[in-house]
Amino acid sequence: MEYFLQQLINGLTLGSIYGLIAIGYTMVYGIIGMINFAHGDIFMVSAFIGLIAIILLGIVGTTSVFVIILALLLVLVIAMVLTSAWGWTVERMAYRPLRTSFRLAPLITAIGMSIVLQNFVQITQGARVKPLQPIISGGYVLMEKDGFVVNLSNIQIIIVVVTVALMAAFSLIIALTPLGRAQRACEQDRKMAALVGVNVDRTISLTFVVGAALAAVAGVMYLLYYGVIDFYIGFVAGVKAFTAAVLGGIGSLPGAMLGGMLIGLIETFWSAYFTVEYKDVAAFSILAIVLIFLPSGLLGRPEVEKV
Amino acid sequence: MAASQPAAERLTDSLKDAVVAAVIALALFSGLIGIRTTADVGGLGLNFRWELLAAAVATVFAGRFLLNVFVWRTDKPVTRLFSGPMPKIPGLDKLGVIAGPIMLIAAFMLPVISWNFFGQQNRYIMDLAILVMTYIMLGWGLNIVVGLAGLLDLGYVAFYAVGAYSYALLSTKFFPLMVELGYAGPGIMDWAFWVSLPLAGILAAFWGIILGFPVLRLRGDYLAIVTLAFGEIIRIVLLNWYEFTGGPDGLSRIPRPSFFGIPFSRGEGGFADFFGLGYSPMHRIIFLFYLILILALITNFVTMRLRRLPIGRAWEALREDEIACRALGINTRNTKLTAFAIGAMFGGFAGSFFATRQGFISPESFVFMESALILAIVVLGGLGSQIGVVIAAVVMIGGFEIFRDLAEYRMLVFGLLMVSIMVWRPRGLISSRNPSVYLKERKAVGAEHVAEGRG
Repeated sequence: MEYFLQQLINGLTLGSIYGLIAIGYTMVYGIIGMINFAHGDIFMVSAFIGLIAIILLGIVGTTSVFVIILALLLVLVIAMVLTSAWGWTVERMAYRPLRTSFRLAPLITAIGMSIVLQNFVQITQGARVKPLQPIISGGYVLMEKDGFVVNLSNIQIIIVVVTVALMAAFSLIIALTPLGRAQRACEQDRKMAALVGVNVDRTISLTFVVGAALAAVAGVMYLLYYGVIDFYIGFVAGVKAFTAAVLGGIGSLPGAMLGGMLIGLIETFWSAYFTVEYKDVAAFSILAIVLIFLPSGLLGRPEVEKV
Repeated sequence: MAASQPAAERLTDSLKDAVVAAVIALALFSGLIGIRTTADVGGLGLNFRWELLAAAVATVFAGRFLLNVFVWRTDKPVTRLFSGPMPKIPGLDKLGVIAGPIMLIAAFMLPVISWNFFGQQNRYIMDLAILVMTYIMLGWGLNIVVGLAGLLDLGYVAFYAVGAYSYALLSTKFFPLMVELGYAGPGIMDWAFWVSLPLAGILAAFWGIILGFPVLRLRGDYLAIVTLAFGEIIRIVLLNWYEFTGGPDGLSRIPRPSFFGIPFSRGEGGFADFFGLGYSPMHRIIFLFYLILILALITNFVTMRLRRLPIGRAWEALREDEIACRALGINTRNTKLTAFAIGAMFGGFAGSFFATRQGFISPESFVFMESALILAIVVLGGLGSQIGVVIAAVVMIGGFEIFRDLAEYRMLVFGLLMVSIMVWRPRGLISSRNPSVYLKERKAVGAEHVAEGRG
């Protein structure tokens, strides 16, 4: 039971990170119907930006809680802004010119972009893993029995709280603001939205920006939680987040979050109770199984094929 | 529109646009180029490289400005014109007719030329030629799936791996066991490659069907991700199933191929002895070259023939418009499955050739990058074009070899090329293949516009 509880906590933390990345996939898929293969690498870039910002601000080793919170907020803002710029640039360079092209073209450029980002970071930051000392330490002991301690660390609390808060804020943006309205309009019918005066290109760009900003939060959280990053983390995290988006029903925002949580839990429990080596196989198999038997996901709408 | 605009205004606009681009570049690069994290003794340190950042931003500024002024020449210099269909170079359409036979002759003559004129370099050139031929074969195999049937397969390397491991396991474990148990004579070891080759192909095709059967209902991009997932699953299994595949250590001492039963060994009964030649290790290399050349040509021949059969026509129709295909009563799933299986089979052949050439295989040879590389060869060569694959493979693998010292940068350039060529000419750089049959004359609208929104 204690073991189970601990895994549950770990799984929810990991799931929050996947959920934040998955939103980027699901929004982009919803609006232009393509898989933004480079999104995982945007997440990786954000983790690096976060790392550089943390070292630049010199908060490693600081003990004052107030300073740490302030500095981390600053890091988060820096990472979000710079990562958004990356997201915008990728869309502008690789996807916008191909908007009217055949369907596979943007997917191929997305793979190209993913290779570019990975190798760019590898060249500029080096191929070796970057370890970061834990910045947020401490936590609560929830239970103790037979020497097994169930821990809830501060960083886990922060990750889940930030994720839930961002999700709420984000849902409100989509539901209430003009941007959200334009976004939903484009999702339903891009041509019609353009006819009634929605700036489609701008809306799509903003979708990428918002997606990248959320991925940046995930990247910084990942960095703080695991403390180790390298240029390759984006690939696996990206595929898993995509799996989460598909599982939750692609195009659906609550679905992305739900899918993220499920994937995080499945992966954690699989590693805990079966084998660590095959945890990726478990996640990938779920992707295949969901697509085959439940193509519209848990919360998604069935797709109507238009001729 | 560009001509009517005053030159001065165009220049200022270009300059403004370039400044904006430079500012964005500054934002993008400030963290990643300007500052580098270094591993110090007491944790991570930072290394500032402002001059590099300045150089990168200046490059973006200059590049954007020059492109604006000299290439795009529009009043609002955006990528609009850049994305438009470029005029086709008329000579390229006839490329296959002329260049095909020339290249074929060159390929057959290569060992002779290399033997006579490149004394010291001979071995190196032949090794490179074998590598290029392997990728040509893989490219042709994947071309059936991606180029003809329009199914984006990101896990093609899985079938390559299946072929390689099939041969390796058959020849190092299964055949010796058969000999030991008395089910086969010891002579089978000399024929190991020739017996395994068709088996490897069949196994790969079988895997293609197993993987393809459930997923081929999916639409283009879903299919791509699922094939990618399958490719990774197969790699992870190969990596972790230690007892069977040797895990990360791989399988070694895989038997070399024989000249139809005659081994390439020194002394009595060897190839050199049998034909009365002096022994040379090059004999095997040259044999391997011709072997992969023949295998690749078989792939090509089969593809060309299939393209004229109803199934090939169905593939091309499927690529152009799936819904129309279904309306016409084509069984789309079986059509896709055939393409998938046949593509996989050729991947399997290439895989077992790879295993016998290397003598050692490990999961490291079958990573996603390999799939991406093969896909890039097909895409850059022009989806569906046979001669395009050849040129793309020669340029790409040759380029990789030339820039071997710049190992890190070549992947970056490779990715950038993939993006820019796709943006510039989505149907392929070198040539493009239109469907083999049309109803009456071509429509005025290109296929890429007809197929708007679907692959």
